[in-house]
Amino acid sequence: MTDTLIDRRDLDFQLYEVLNTAALTQRERFSEHSKDTFDAVIETADKMAKEKFANHNSAADKDEPKFVNGQVDMLPEVKQAFDAYAEAGFLAGRYDYELGGMQLPESVMAACNGFFTAANPGTAGYPFLTTAAANLIRVFGSEEQKSRFLPHMLSGRYSGTMALTEPHAGSSLADIRTSATPTEDGHYLIKGAKIYISGGEQSITENIVHMVLAKIKGAPAGVKGISLFIVPKFHVDENGTSGARNGVSLAGLIHKLGYRGTTSTALSFGDDAPCHGYLVGEPHQGLKYMFQMMNEARIGVGLGAAVIGYRGYMHSLAYAKDRRQGRKASEKDPESPQVPIIDHTDVRRMLLAQKAYSEGGLALCLYGARLMDDQHTHPDQQKRMEAAKLLDLLTPVIKAWPSEFGPKANDLAIQVYGGAGYTREYPVEQCWRDNRLNPIHEGTNGIQALDLLGRKIWQDQSHGLQLLMQEMQVDLQAATTARCQQWALSLSETLQQAVKVTQSLGKTLMAGNVDKALANASCYLHLFGHIIVAWMWLRQANAAAKGLGAASSDSERNFYQGKLQAAQYFFHWELPTVAQDLVLLRNEDETCLNMEVDWF
Amino acid sequence: MKVLVAVKRVIDYNVKVRVKPDNSGVDLANVKMAMNPFCEIAVEEAVRLKEKGVATEIVVVSIGPKACQEQIRTALALGADRGIHIETDAEVQSLEAAKLLKAVVDKEEPKLVILGKQSIDTDNNQTGQMLAALAGMGQGTFASEVVVDGDKVNVTREVDGGLMTVALNLPAVVTTDLRLNEPRYASLPNIMKAKKKPLDTTTPADLGVDVAVRLTTLKVEAPATRQAGIKVADVAELVDKLKNEAKVI
Repeated sequence: MTDTLIDRRDLDFQLYEVLNTAALTQRERFSEHSKDTFDAVIETADKMAKEKFANHNSAADKDEPKFVNGQVDMLPEVKQAFDAYAEAGFLAGRYDYELGGMQLPESVMAACNGFFTAANPGTAGYPFLTTAAANLIRVFGSEEQKSRFLPHMLSGRYSGTMALTEPHAGSSLADIRTSATPTEDGHYLIKGAKIYISGGEQSITENIVHMVLAKIKGAPAGVKGISLFIVPKFHVDENGTSGARNGVSLAGLIHKLGYRGTTSTALSFGDDAPCHGYLVGEPHQGLKYMFQMMNEARIGVGLGAAVIGYRGYMHSLAYAKDRRQGRKASEKDPESPQVPIIDHTDVRRMLLAQKAYSEGGLALCLYGARLMDDQHTHPDQQKRMEAAKLLDLLTPVIKAWPSEFGPKANDLAIQVYGGAGYTREYPVEQCWRDNRLNPIHEGTNGIQALDLLGRKIWQDQSHGLQLLMQEMQVDLQAATTARCQQWALSLSETLQQAVKVTQSLGKTLMAGNVDKALANASCYLHLFGHIIVAWMWLRQANAAAKGLGAASSDSERNFYQGKLQAAQYFFHWELPTVAQDLVLLRNEDETCLNMEVDWF
Repeated sequence: MKVLVAVKRVIDYNVKVRVKPDNSGVDLANVKMAMNPFCEIAVEEAVRLKEKGVATEIVVVSIGPKACQEQIRTALALGADRGIHIETDAEVQSLEAAKLLKAVVDKEEPKLVILGKQSIDTDNNQTGQMLAALAGMGQGTFASEVVVDGDKVNVTREVDGGLMTVALNLPAVVTTDLRLNEPRYASLPNIMKAKKKPLDTTTPADLGVDVAVRLTTLKVEAPATRQAGIKVADVAELVDKLKNEAKVI
């Protein structure tokens, strides 16, 4: 076990040497900041995550929340962690100074939140959901709604949830049945049932603000008839004081594989008492509002997956350096001392793979967070628009790639531990269970694949794709050492093949063979994802080659050599795996498409 | 009432300390540094005194290279009002630190000086006591409770036999033990405010203190690695081993 959540040297490298986050302070919105203030905030996050979140990560997993008399019984440490997060101002960190915020860039907020998830994904869920719910109200709510709810959500008095899924409508939100009936008093009466609502009940905050999707009576069918409502657990008066209970109640808790510290709830609305809901924005626009927040939520999932992968890597690295077992194959003397398992090449392979997945995934998510910063604060209007398009294109990859390869890293962490890793005495099995959620929620990876190949690639006459290739070109040309140039070459060759296969899939789509074109979308997501992460590794390798030239100590040289070796791992071991995707996509393989149900 | 708090920049408590290959000291290259945990408790106590209306101004002082300003900024973000950095790249030992702090005390005339009881790097547990002697102030060391009462301060000390409370006339020196308080985190808005708080820089020469070292470090070694334990069959074997191998009974 180790206390390290995210290696600070690596984070510094990614934020300042690869992304030049310090340059953001030249922008108007961040002009009060300096690298020092960014670092001080990151320091607070790292410290608090270690002391207030990591301390009960295992306990909250073993002793999961219980349903007692319609209430939730949970460990007191969860509230202490939530309150510490709120008191330090993280809930409002990205907001304007006037809202009590710190006007922090998304890049820095993402880094901070990475520590909390790495320390304790279950507990970190509560503040993250609150931030997401508050964000919906901030952007789409009326002035009255904002003043009634927002200050209390940002101070941590109230928490928030996202209530979308219903027992029969998960990925297919068009089919939700929860209804909203208008009343003469201006509010709506909500009736229905929701399931898998994270944080839907807890014993942390004095009130919970549910953001609920429901259909107003007589609304059009499908996604165009969905509206968004604020449903507080307790009624709230104009001053933000909580009063009587609203008609939303806990029907039961759901018991999960991982993320056990975050309650997953079944909620009923308007069952035994009238449930008041307050319409957010215009009627029938609910799903649109939700989706405008989706980029952020999906990057959050990707980041969570990357840092849980990272945490497992840190654990297994420490274990491999410490655990002595066996001797090198070349050592014939049975009396010779046993070697630490990190001396076995196969263990190094598993550690290198974890390094490539988790640091590559973190690089991808921080890049995504930077695009969010550019989208909102770049001084050049044109660049803002381009950042938005690029982010839109990359969002499915930022969500799906780390959530596929983060759990893979955790799987390898268990393998490094051997039998110990399979037991609950060691921390890596929990990492894997927690991380297993990420390919599922916020749009399954299957849906991300369809979103990428069915929509994002073609949007705006593929303008996003063109922008992406321009951006990659910059880094391909920036490769100056022989090693980096060789990697740049293999990236550029793979990219050309991907472009060709994209064009042929485009023709199939244009010809109306949609099911055929999308049949192997998951291969396309894998291909595209690996190209993007190879690019992330090239960017890191370019920065590391530069850093290595100027390094003045052994530990610095070791750091940069490690980056270059991990880049090499990715280019030698990982990027070539897309060959199979290319074949299946090029052939428009119909194995899965043509399989009949009755043949199973 | 003005309170002076001394803080020291040390290796972060989470870092596994490594001895330099030539045994001349501890490897500090690219190692994460932080405020000494006992000093954090000292800052926290001062901030609590200010919140209670007892302290009116908190001045935080640190001695060392330019990077010490990070720890001063941290203290400012925790609630201190202004900082003094005594800049020197030389090694500063306990007595020299106490002399430098004495010079600051003469200038600032605080009613109360709070320090950590020791720093986690050298573990000397000397500076507070030396400062009290040099400044002619009373001292309450290893404090687990500090109550200011008019022109006196009652300090509950953690001693071997339990707790001892001393009443000191102000001005006085207090050094903090672990259980005095639980330090807060630097909040985001306070990190921004800290940027604008004044931080003055001075040098040992300006303060008229010679910081030449009086103690020479001969050798630094890592503690011997612990040997693996063994299982004994019965009490008799245990007693035998304790008597004849370990020679402890």
